[in-house]
Amino acid sequence: MIAYLGRRLIQSLLILLGVSLITFALLYLLPADPVRQIAGRSATPQTVENIRQQLGLDQPFVIQYWRYLVKLISGDLGRSYIQRSEVTELIVSRLPASLLLMVGAILCELLLGLSMGLIAAVKRGTATDQTLMVASFVGVSAPQFVVGLLLLYVFAVRLSWFPIGGYGTWRHLVLPSLTMGILGAGWYARMMRSSMIDVLRQDYVRTARAKGLARRAIIFRHALPNAILPVIAMIGIDIGIFMGGIVVVESVFGWPGIGQLAWQAIQRVDIPIIMGVTLVSAFAIVLGNLLADIIAPFIDPRIKLR
Amino acid sequence: MTPASKSILDIANLSVSVRGEDGEREVVSNLSLALSRGETLCIAGESGSGKSMTALAIMQLLPQPAARISAGTIRLGETELTALDERQMRRIRGDRIAMIFQEPMTSLNPVLSIGRQLTESIEAHTSLSQAQARQRAIEALKAVRISEAESRLMQFPHELSGGMRQRVMIAMALALEPDVLIADEPTTALDVTVQGEVLELLRDLQRQHGTSVILITHDMGVVAEMADRVIIMRHGRMVEEGKTADIFARPQADYTRELLAAVPRIGSGVGRQKSRDVETATTPANVAEVKDLHVRFDLHGGFFGRVNRRVHAVEGVSFSIAPNETLALVGESGCGKSTTAKALAGLVPYSGDIVIGGRNLSGLGRDERKAVRRDVQMIFQDPFASLDPRMRVGDLVAEPLVIHGIASKEERSERVAALFERVGLSADQMELYPHEFSGGQRQRVCIARALALRPKLIIADESVSALDVSVQARVLDLLKELQREFGVAYLFISHDMAVVENISDRVAVMYLGQIVEMGTRDQVFSNPRHPYTRRLIEAVPVPDPGKRRSRFARLDQEIPSATRRIGEAPLKLALRDVGNGHLVAAGN
Repeated sequence: MIAYLGRRLIQSLLILLGVSLITFALLYLLPADPVRQIAGRSATPQTVENIRQQLGLDQPFVIQYWRYLVKLISGDLGRSYIQRSEVTELIVSRLPASLLLMVGAILCELLLGLSMGLIAAVKRGTATDQTLMVASFVGVSAPQFVVGLLLLYVFAVRLSWFPIGGYGTWRHLVLPSLTMGILGAGWYARMMRSSMIDVLRQDYVRTARAKGLARRAIIFRHALPNAILPVIAMIGIDIGIFMGGIVVVESVFGWPGIGQLAWQAIQRVDIPIIMGVTLVSAFAIVLGNLLADIIAPFIDPRIKLR
Repeated sequence: MTPASKSILDIANLSVSVRGEDGEREVVSNLSLALSRGETLCIAGESGSGKSMTALAIMQLLPQPAARISAGTIRLGETELTALDERQMRRIRGDRIAMIFQEPMTSLNPVLSIGRQLTESIEAHTSLSQAQARQRAIEALKAVRISEAESRLMQFPHELSGGMRQRVMIAMALALEPDVLIADEPTTALDVTVQGEVLELLRDLQRQHGTSVILITHDMGVVAEMADRVIIMRHGRMVEEGKTADIFARPQADYTRELLAAVPRIGSGVGRQKSRDVETATTPANVAEVKDLHVRFDLHGGFFGRVNRRVHAVEGVSFSIAPNETLALVGESGCGKSTTAKALAGLVPYSGDIVIGGRNLSGLGRDERKAVRRDVQMIFQDPFASLDPRMRVGDLVAEPLVIHGIASKEERSERVAALFERVGLSADQMELYPHEFSGGQRQRVCIARALALRPKLIIADESVSALDVSVQARVLDLLKELQREFGVAYLFISHDMAVVENISDRVAVMYLGQIVEMGTRDQVFSNPRHPYTRRLIEAVPVPDPGKRRSRFARLDQEIPSATRRIGEAPLKLALRDVGNGHLVAAGN
């Protein structure tokens, strides 16, 4: 187990290194010039050049990346070009909000998605099944900003059940989590349904029925743990999709997380923040996958961590 | 007929229908049977005979919603099962009628411990406490002769061998002492020596508890071994019913006679005597020679995923095959026989020497090797899985020719047509897809494909194991005919000693990656010298109720694993000639 974790940790660091290199290279190749953004339209060429030198942006790519990497290893993500504060501080101050949203969203999508998939599989071929699958299809295909605005209109504007935006109480969390969760719920419902249908066909389910077990025991004890395995592997990957989603959802709901931070930074080519947010996201994805892999053997004893 | 008062289970005029694309089809028609207390009734028949559907109908476990009981009654004692709702039926299942299935590998839930799977049915049907249920589970495991029963409760199915799993299934079924046990092909997926044990166990337990057993099987050997009474089924109908001895001695129906005639029997292969002596086996004209073949698979582990263990699948195997000769490689699962075949066909890396048509493969470059490999073709076990479902069978058979760039398009199609005719299919069938053929026909397509390159050697890896006996007999005949006609040599890999005896000229017995005995068919079958060979031959159920064995030689232990730590090499067995080229491993 320890050997496994050690190896995975080394792998994770290599992945992060790769992510940092690719992101850095993409930002370097970007035609937008961060120095122009900092200096403003009216700056003289001399000022622009000065700022460029000051930030080290006049150096060749390899040197720029190397400098970034050296600082990164000591835990320094650099300073924001625009906001003039440490990227680490900016991210740390906004991370809790995003993590909260992530937990809320994952709960939403698992609760909604898994139960929808389970019911659809058990009631396969009935009207219930078809209704749930149409619903999941809508969930998968509806753009998040549309879902978000729709939920806001219905539950915040018309019904006034939840606040229109902002951050603070659990009420603030509901609509953004739901908006994020509906997309994932659609995926999970479809995955869970097909996985469950497959499991219900297995010989051991027939054995369980031949033993005279109650339907509930067959579904929850025999089928569910087997059916949920491929879904768990998905949760790790899902965090990546989630990181893309928060940029939109945090903007719609005025949620003060790193998605908002990233959005602002992208508009102004604030390279240190973009790099920082990307690395934090990559870290979250790597961590999510690791967690999913660690959970799996607890459900399926055949899986061994090596 | 047995009087109704004595019988525990009465089925009258049972019909089962399955709804398909082209309407409803009866898979069981008008079946009536009575099962007496303490009796073993075998329902025998080939695939599609409706025997499994009958079992599922009794359990009310027919696949929903496609299949249903369309007529008839099933009475268990005083209870009419077809009139029960799901909740009432649940109380019967597992408690009064229990069932064991064919596939012990997939019939146990992989994520639940053995203990949990045993106790849950006990808890579902009795008011025993958890601790009492556990005690009952331990007793049940002891009853099926599982050692260290208590610690087994903690184990998971994947930690047990196939035979052990089937014993757990039996323990599960018998823990509540049901009136009726339905065993659907309970030993078909097991190795022959394990099969013997499991059958004996079933027989003992039945005697102890007085359970009535319905045993469903395609294997007439198992029928002869186990049954008091037999029902022969075909296409959903009962063809014949009677006492086991009568059915075997005086079969009335034509189909029963055909079925019994098709069953491969040890001792019946004598007709095929090509009087091949030992010298031919050592002449340089051998089609294939294998010398000191090793195949090992590395297992990774540890911090950097280094190799720390190895599976010694094949350990120093040597043999040769002459033209027009059939060498059978026999042994139980995991003995390395299929791996040997794969090495020969170039599908796994190996060390040692493989010489085909006088050329040693290890010294050749890629292209040369490909050319040499033309002479070696393979036919696999599962004719359903080994044909690409999206290709026309004609193209499948032509594919080897395309790969090796042989002949023009027209010539190819002519050759394929000729091959189709030769293997007993018609040339018009070339345009069809694999799913439009039966299992036997598909295996004929596979044979045609193997023949397309006119190989010198065909490796048949369990090629008739998945087929019904009557189909099996015809495919074996075809293989023999083709050998006479083309002079092709076969490496025939099988676990079925009766089939091997039927087709082979020489036999090599493998155990744990090594050959323990090799000789002509007569040497090995009439005078088996190695204890393992003897056990293999003895374990085959004889399709003759007069020769029923009272006791099987019980395995003192499971076959050990071929996985070893790095540096631990298995003991190499030296083969000793006991006369006329009959080689036997020395010692044990």
